[in-house]
Amino acid sequence: MSTPAIQIEGLTKDYAVGFWRKKMRRSLDHLDLQVNEGEAFGFLGPNGAGKTTTLKLMMGLVFPTSGSARVRGRSIADVGMHREIGYMPEQPYFYDYLTARELLDYFAQFFGYDAVERRERIKIFLERVGLIASADVQLRKFSKGMLQRVGIAQAILHDPQVVFLDEPMSGLDPVGRREVRDIILDLKKHGKTIFFSTHILSDAEMLCDRVAVLVGGKLQGVGAPGEMLSMEVAGMEILFEAHPGVPLPQKVMDRATHTGDRYRIEVPEADVYAALEELKNSRARILSVAPVRPSLEDYFFKLVAKQKNSVSAAEITPGEQPR
Amino acid sequence: MITIPGIVALNTFREAVRDRVLYNLVFFALLMMAAAVLVGGVSIGIERDVIVNLGLSAISVFGIVMAIFIGVGLVHKEIEKRTLYSLLSKPVPRWQFLMGKFAGLSLTLIVNTALMTVGLAAALFYVTQKFERGDGTVVIAIYFILLQLGLITSLALFFSCFSSPMLSTLYTLGIYIAGVFAPDIRDIGIVTDSPGVKAAAKCIYYVLPNFHNFNVISAAVHQEAIPFRLIWQNTIYAVLYITLVMLGASAIFLRRDLK
Repeated sequence: MSTPAIQIEGLTKDYAVGFWRKKMRRSLDHLDLQVNEGEAFGFLGPNGAGKTTTLKLMMGLVFPTSGSARVRGRSIADVGMHREIGYMPEQPYFYDYLTARELLDYFAQFFGYDAVERRERIKIFLERVGLIASADVQLRKFSKGMLQRVGIAQAILHDPQVVFLDEPMSGLDPVGRREVRDIILDLKKHGKTIFFSTHILSDAEMLCDRVAVLVGGKLQGVGAPGEMLSMEVAGMEILFEAHPGVPLPQKVMDRATHTGDRYRIEVPEADVYAALEELKNSRARILSVAPVRPSLEDYFFKLVAKQKNSVSAAEITPGEQPR
Repeated sequence: MITIPGIVALNTFREAVRDRVLYNLVFFALLMMAAAVLVGGVSIGIERDVIVNLGLSAISVFGIVMAIFIGVGLVHKEIEKRTLYSLLSKPVPRWQFLMGKFAGLSLTLIVNTALMTVGLAAALFYVTQKFERGDGTVVIAIYFILLQLGLITSLALFFSCFSSPMLSTLYTLGIYIAGVFAPDIRDIGIVTDSPGVKAAAKCIYYVLPNFHNFNVISAAVHQEAIPFRLIWQNTIYAVLYITLVMLGASAIFLRRDLK
């Protein structure tokens, strides 16, 4: 069996909080995860879920309280492992007195490229992220989207096998998001392993082979977006137009939403024929009947709600009645 | 091929240049020009002494201010602005990053001091119309100033690894001032009868960097010979002290979580 691209075992991180009386707050709780070579892996979770902490642990920016992780078989404690990875931090900020070209040249030097090779690589990667025209502009004059693209360029400049991206789409306009999405797809096409955190679920759904959901520092589920969603039976959606002069039954009206002449109702799968019969009797024109596919977003919110409920329950001390 | 500390050092130097740190040279040049012009009219026979005293003092003060104020932000600024996150995701060991930062600021201070030395030499030549053999002591005094600046940079960097720039400035400045008065602290131990104070004074004297031994401005002004022994003693002392402080800084920084 081949070595996984990323192997995380029981990774836990506690931070000390408070000034005088320091208390430990658990940011990541025994995370176990495996990402295969060539996979695009989405790491989902609300703010404060522990996504950035996980990525910082992987980069050696913070140190684990317990547990371990390996990238392509090499421990995260091994600085040499960093030759094989690329990383873009959340809301990247770089030396603003440098130009994009100078920044990439600075980072490329750590990988031992000679001046000619650096120049060529920088040109290729600036073109790839669409910044060649701004290559000699100081970064202090860059917009957030442009900095994000510089962030991606510096992460992939040395052609790493595994790329970690922390919220690569956050703060970008639709065009910027599309561009970043294309870069990720391109990396995937070239066989790279991509591990990215996001809270933009549609992007994860579109790009990822598998996703993991993290809430409150704990892993809630891992799987292909389709697999995770197939666990749910959601129902059927009926779109129709009412017949002029024939009122719809109150039962239908109560559950329908409408835009102009068009109505939409959602019914359990078992009730679909009964609902269609009622609509037929009202001489409504059926436009479509389709299964409701729960989105990753629905799944995600369900998990977050479940986690919140369990936290609320835990916060109530024994004997105390919830108000 | 350039090493990792070398790459970081050159970027640190570039940052200082682009942040217009070397603009202090303009003030130094104006100070030297004003002194050279005025000194001829008011101090007959001691023009050289005034220029050397003023020039060396200014080189020392400008250097110390730069070493402290840039030094305390060297690491803290990188953490605060999160520029360090991308850098440490590259194959860059943390201790080599620290060495690079130290080397970068040292390079900035050396270039700054060298340019000020040229200014001082020009002013000296303007008032005396010649260079004398005794002017060699001025060069030794400048060398000692550079050693002091290395010590101060290492201390500022050390505090920068775990403290805010404001506190780091206070700590570094405090240690510098105490280090200037190191012999007086030792003397307190000699004259006191209390064994506790004696032991404490001795301990503080040995732990503090002894900046007093690096001050030979007075000897340079009066063209007194500086013993060769003092040159190598100060060199070895500075190198060892800087090494110890940098080892301490590395030990702290290697374990620090970059939250």
